Amino acid sequence: MSWKLFKLGLTSPENEPRFFPEEKPLASHYDVVIIGGGGHGLACAYYLAKEHGITRVAVLEQGYLGGGNTGRNTTIVRSNYLTSEGVKFYDASVKLWENLSGDLDINLFYSTRGHFTLAHSDDAMRTMRWRAEVNKHHGVDSEVVDRDAIARAVPTMDLDCGGGPAVHGALYHAPGSVVRHDAVAWGYARAAAQRGVEIHQQTAVTDIHTAGGRVTGVATSRGDISCDAVVSMVAGYTPRITDMLDLPTPIEIYPLQACVTEPVKPFLDTIIVSGSLHVYVSQSSRGELVMGSAVDPAVLHSTRSTFEFVEGLADHIVDMFPFAGRLRLLRQWAGMADMTPDFAPIMGTTPVDGFYLDSGWGTWGFKATPISGQTMAATVAAKRNHELIEPFRLGRFADFQLVGEKGAASVGH
Amino acid sequence: MKRIDCPEIGPRPIDEFTYGGEVRRPPQAGADTAALADYVFNRAGAPGVLREWWHHDPSGRWFVLERDTRTDTVLRSVPITEVAHAVPTR
Repeated sequence: MSWKLFKLGLTSPENEPRFFPEEKPLASHYDVVIIGGGGHGLACAYYLAKEHGITRVAVLEQGYLGGGNTGRNTTIVRSNYLTSEGVKFYDASVKLWENLSGDLDINLFYSTRGHFTLAHSDDAMRTMRWRAEVNKHHGVDSEVVDRDAIARAVPTMDLDCGGGPAVHGALYHAPGSVVRHDAVAWGYARAAAQRGVEIHQQTAVTDIHTAGGRVTGVATSRGDISCDAVVSMVAGYTPRITDMLDLPTPIEIYPLQACVTEPVKPFLDTIIVSGSLHVYVSQSSRGELVMGSAVDPAVLHSTRSTFEFVEGLADHIVDMFPFAGRLRLLRQWAGMADMTPDFAPIMGTTPVDGFYLDSGWGTWGFKATPISGQTMAATVAAKRNHELIEPFRLGRFADFQLVGEKGAASVGH
Repeated sequence: MKRIDCPEIGPRPIDEFTYGGEVRRPPQAGADTAALADYVFNRAGAPGVLREWWHHDPSGRWFVLERDTRTDTVLRSVPITEVAHAVPTR
């Protein structure tokens, strides 16, 4: 029996502190209102309180904590991007991830697995070499490896892909990791709440009030709130929020689907991504294969999953792992991805004073949870963009300064 | 199999179509950079009825369909005369 349990037996269990503090009534004013209680929103609240001393903060979540894309991704963390802007940003995120369990005092099951992005053609090998060079230039551990190295690391994989497009080589990224994604939302939420941040679930923002071109408050399903700053961190709901301010953006919503198989014995201790076969797969600590693919073919505001997704994914998974054909699927699901034209996020200040965007997270947002929270908190505190997110400003779509990240973000999650 | 119920050629599997995206009005010749950037990048984004280009690959035809992007149902095929605004005016 643990000492803690023994002590609890002698006292009253009601005195044991709950994981989250009891919810308070909505106040009439907050310094900062964060829309969206997913990983990004909760992380932003945590860093606002911890690093900037801003604690009159409300996180408003229309559903439940981590119920959106934070709980729907395939939990992969990596920084092997294509552009300098992307590599620097995601590398800063990996560094935060590595110490996050201790920082938040919660076991995130952060597991560094290594990450192979397979190349099935000479063109793909060229992109892998390009990414490896950009990564190494910024001190990120990535290298191009040949078929033998892949065969040694993943002996169960058919490198000839059943006669399909054979694997030529891969980009190997040693820091590639998986994390228990729900715990990320819970850990940030508890740590933020301990520092005075209020988290209100079942509270939908229905309008944003402005006066003279600046934000003055929000209307919610539980009444009006005045505030000095609003940060939208809602992923697939971004266009509904920006429409409240008549703010045009290039964001379009596409469903992104994923699934897991029944658990089997451990055979895959690394993360495998194939851009040509449009799949990524890792084995969870429970033994399930966690698998995902590219986004659905057309815009859709729905989290319904489809047979076409499973059919297409299974077709490609058995090319790489023929024995996977005998596995049964346990669950499949979808999230709404806020896609951008250049596959980079849209972050920071906007033409509306006091309104900040953390959006355009498409299919690549989970890995950025800590650094998005930290840089958005710094941006809100200083009222100007943190230098790491300046390239991701909304204005780049007006002056054509795009951050072309498709070669590293599209299927390789 | 997911289908697109095209009012002109009937229900067909979605695999037969290529998505062409939202129908947008191109700027007039000589429009400023801001108008051009708005046309190239910005999209409706929010859920609702959207006019979109769909290419039916087997028959090689482009259609403009009105689709509810919340329920994924095709409401109607838009006659080409109605989408004439998609062609730049002089």
